[in-house]
Amino acid sequence: MDRFYVLLMGFLSVVLVNNFVFTKFLGTCPYLGVSRRIDSAFGMGLAVTFVTALSGTLTWLVDYYILAPLGLEITRYICYIVIIAGAVQLVEMYVRKFFPSLYDAFGIFLPLISTNCVILGVCLFINIWGTDNLLEVVVLSTGTGIGFAVAICIMAGIREELILADVPVSFQGAPITLITAGILALAFMGFAGMIK
Amino acid sequence: MAQSSELQTGLYRRALLAGLWQQNPTFRLLIGMCPPLAVTTAVKPALTMGVSVIFVLVCSSFVTSLMRNLLKPHLRIIMFTLTIATFVTICDLYLKAYFPRMSELLGAYVPLIIVNCLIIFRAEACASKSGLIVSILDAIGMGLGFTVALCILAGIRELLATGCIFDLRIMPRGFVPWLAMQMPVGAFVTLGILLGLASALTKKKES
Repeated sequence: MDRFYVLLMGFLSVVLVNNFVFTKFLGTCPYLGVSRRIDSAFGMGLAVTFVTALSGTLTWLVDYYILAPLGLEITRYICYIVIIAGAVQLVEMYVRKFFPSLYDAFGIFLPLISTNCVILGVCLFINIWGTDNLLEVVVLSTGTGIGFAVAICIMAGIREELILADVPVSFQGAPITLITAGILALAFMGFAGMIK
Repeated sequence: MAQSSELQTGLYRRALLAGLWQQNPTFRLLIGMCPPLAVTTAVKPALTMGVSVIFVLVCSSFVTSLMRNLLKPHLRIIMFTLTIATFVTICDLYLKAYFPRMSELLGAYVPLIIVNCLIIFRAEACASKSGLIVSILDAIGMGLGFTVALCILAGIRELLATGCIFDLRIMPRGFVPWLAMQMPVGAFVTLGILLGLASALTKKKES
């Protein structure tokens, strides 16, 4: 029961309190680029969750069982990048073969993901947090992806309404999106006291 | 002959100056947006980040430009990222050895330079297509533009959040610090307003 509690708290922490978009600014590029419509934002969020869960776990395994015992930490970043690129490729092939309709829905997002900072960010932060338990790693990396999905879906919902608003010409597009994101970050700060 | 050399200098100058305003990565192209938001609580880390990005950008443009004729189309991106990851590792180890406190402050954002879209974008759009000198000049220009944008943003945030820049008191005595500027809110809103101003300025110039 105690362990379950820790896992649940960790999950809520990465989804709400330490949301990567609002507190660590990771994944801002797709956050501004693909948040025009809810369905595409949802597709992006789903794809990111998929890949973060996979690559977060894989990089942790490689780090823990191969790099650390052999003292090869110096090649860590290069290994991470290769693993992430491989994971994205794998997911793309798998989805294309078994879920063609989902593949069409993902479209261009899948290859784009390999340069999404959320994913490398998860791998690096799991390393910095010093997690040493496979289950925790899986929960944290999935939670981070879900946090990104939640953030991008909220933003897409707001932007669909924002089309009707009378925004000054020079503030249309990215500037107003950034200011909206700032207000959202302020709202998400309300969760800060929830978990110690 | 004279005409061709003049053409050459024009090309070089354009490559160098494009990144500063016309194609400024932060204000005009909107790429590589994570560091401008994350490391700009003060000018010092912003400057360190800018210099690191210039180093990685110039080195990786140099290598990419050298191997541009050997690249196979489907292996292109992975070659770019591996090159960048190598130089980022060098940069990270250097910071850890000589500026341990700054390295701790920047934390994961130094390795995150690997996935900064700016560097891959320049490798793809410029270095893999043009000669050595043009791609290095372009990298320097883009890197400088990026650093200047970081410093402007960091300057505004540090000034309003603490009243000082580089520990130098600027605001008058009765100034109440805007704590919000140091939080994520400050980053998003300041960058949003700056982008709006930049686009207003361009529109005015055009019309």
